[in-house]
Amino acid sequence: MLAYAIRRFGQSFFVLVLMSFLVFVGVYAIGNPVELLVNPQADDAERIRATAALGLDKAFLEQYWVFLKGAASGDLGRSFVYNVPALSLILDKLPATIELAFVAMVIAIALGIPLGLVAGLKPDSILGRGIMAGSILGFSLPTFWVGLVLIMVFSVQLGWLPSNGRGETVTVAGVPLSFLTADGLLHLAMPAVNLALFKLSLLIRLTRAGTREAVLQDYVKFARAKGLTQGRVIGVHVLKNILIPIVTVIGLELGSVIAFAIVTESIFAWPGTGKLLIDSINQLDRPVIVAYLLVIVTLFIFINFVVDVLYSMLDPRVRLGGAASH
Amino acid sequence: MSGDPLLRVEGLRMHFFTKAGVVKAVDDVSFSVGRGEILGLVGESGSGKSMTGYSILGLIDPPGRIVDGRIDFDGIDLTRLDAAAWRAIRGNRIAMIFQDPMMTLNPVLRIDTQIIEAVQAHADVSRESAIARAREALVRVGIASPDERLRAYPHQFSGGMRQRVAIAIALVNGPDLIIADEPTTALDVTIQGQILFEMQKVCRESGTALIWITHDLSVIAGLADEVCVMYAGRFVESGTVADILDRPLHPYSRGLIDSVPSRNERGRPLRQIPGMTPSLLSLGPGCPFRERCTSASPRCVESPDVTEPSPGRRLRCFHPSA
Repeated sequence: MLAYAIRRFGQSFFVLVLMSFLVFVGVYAIGNPVELLVNPQADDAERIRATAALGLDKAFLEQYWVFLKGAASGDLGRSFVYNVPALSLILDKLPATIELAFVAMVIAIALGIPLGLVAGLKPDSILGRGIMAGSILGFSLPTFWVGLVLIMVFSVQLGWLPSNGRGETVTVAGVPLSFLTADGLLHLAMPAVNLALFKLSLLIRLTRAGTREAVLQDYVKFARAKGLTQGRVIGVHVLKNILIPIVTVIGLELGSVIAFAIVTESIFAWPGTGKLLIDSINQLDRPVIVAYLLVIVTLFIFINFVVDVLYSMLDPRVRLGGAASH
Repeated sequence: MSGDPLLRVEGLRMHFFTKAGVVKAVDDVSFSVGRGEILGLVGESGSGKSMTGYSILGLIDPPGRIVDGRIDFDGIDLTRLDAAAWRAIRGNRIAMIFQDPMMTLNPVLRIDTQIIEAVQAHADVSRESAIARAREALVRVGIASPDERLRAYPHQFSGGMRQRVAIAIALVNGPDLIIADEPTTALDVTIQGQILFEMQKVCRESGTALIWITHDLSVIAGLADEVCVMYAGRFVESGTVADILDRPLHPYSRGLIDSVPSRNERGRPLRQIPGMTPSLLSLGPGCPFRERCTSASPRCVESPDVTEPSPGRRLRCFHPSA
């Protein structure tokens, strides 16, 4: 297990360095941020001074080297726009995004797996077909459109739910959280459902496909031949087998929900990292873009690690580090 | 065989109602098994023998349905039971073992979990006493160091060991009847011999009746008391193992027996039954074997009734071999 963790850490480090280089090349190509940052009436001398102050007068590789040296000591650069460390800017906004993503995933899991089981066990029933039809809608309707419709219906016409912001928050261990207050929950409801919809449909389909395959297996028939109740056959024998792919997808999707909550955050003015990223790209705030992407990559790596550990708990045939004993 | 048999299947019909039409997987099959007796249920793939086994356990899934017949088990007609009552019998008084031991045990659950749940599904006992019964069952099927084995997962076992575990699960509640669906087909010959020996021993010791479903007549020869032959979902003939193997009356049984390689006929080409098993979907009335039968006559387009040519011997054919 330790050897596995160390090897995994080495791979992760390599991925991070490679990723930072690619991102650096990418943002370098977008354009010169000085044009946006400096007063349009400023003269050339002013411009050159600003460029030098931001370190943009150096050659590309030299800039990257400076960045790497800073990154090694935990400094991912200062935001050009806000003149504060890029990392702290992101960490400031990250809790809001993670909260939104987690609530969305909880909704998707809590509804998706049971609905998928029903659709998989009764594929020809009206209920089963209805669930599948619903999941097609969830798949194909664009997130921004569903978000706008939700606002139209629940905020504008019915006036039940607020359409923007986090609402009242409670600070727990220095992190502001919305879901602990009634007002915060109301604010959270629409963006979380909006973000959950696609993942919900995905989980329904995945669970249904797994269930349909599993119920045909001999071990299910054998479990029934033992005289087990239907509940135990489905809840233990089927579910534990189909959870393996589901956990993988949940892990991957959790990362992508955090990374790509951008659309939902923009529509509901949710003050998270997605909105910060869009603003940073518009203002060519390079350090923030680079730092954001590195944080997201780190998150993905961490989530994948957790998924691998969960795997070994779910499937006895998988043992981390390949040290299976017989 | 005197008195009431343990299990009497009477005119059983189990059909699948598919979009393409009705598949008569089991079509008028009758046989009986006495207490402690071993019945060999013989037929080719697709002859409906496994489906007969599933029908007895109530494990038929839609679109399959038992449309007719009785399954009398110890005075109860199983076909009239509701789902809960049938479940209470499954795994408790009638147990089943499947063909492929690599597939029957759940790969993600430990052996102890899989045995204990079988015990606790039918008896309100503590985990400790369920484990004690699980250990006892493993010992009975010849598994050494049962305590260690209980904590293992199926992938840590060989095929033969897995089948022993499956048999232990079938035995754990002391059933009156075990239905074994070709449990040795997927194993190599030496393991097959061991499993057969264990099964026979365990059934004799505990007085458990056994229905051994197989296509392999050589297995039947050494194991069964009675034999029932099926073809294309229909009953063909039944009798004692000696009767069927030495004096088969139905041309299909004779063909099956002739297809077994024998030491006495070394060097000669094997005899085989010409043609293929018919599709159950397009099967009309009449004897389903007539297309492949050397004794067939125009009469065979009608379905022959079951006759009793001698006591304990039943046959469905117009042209029995002499």
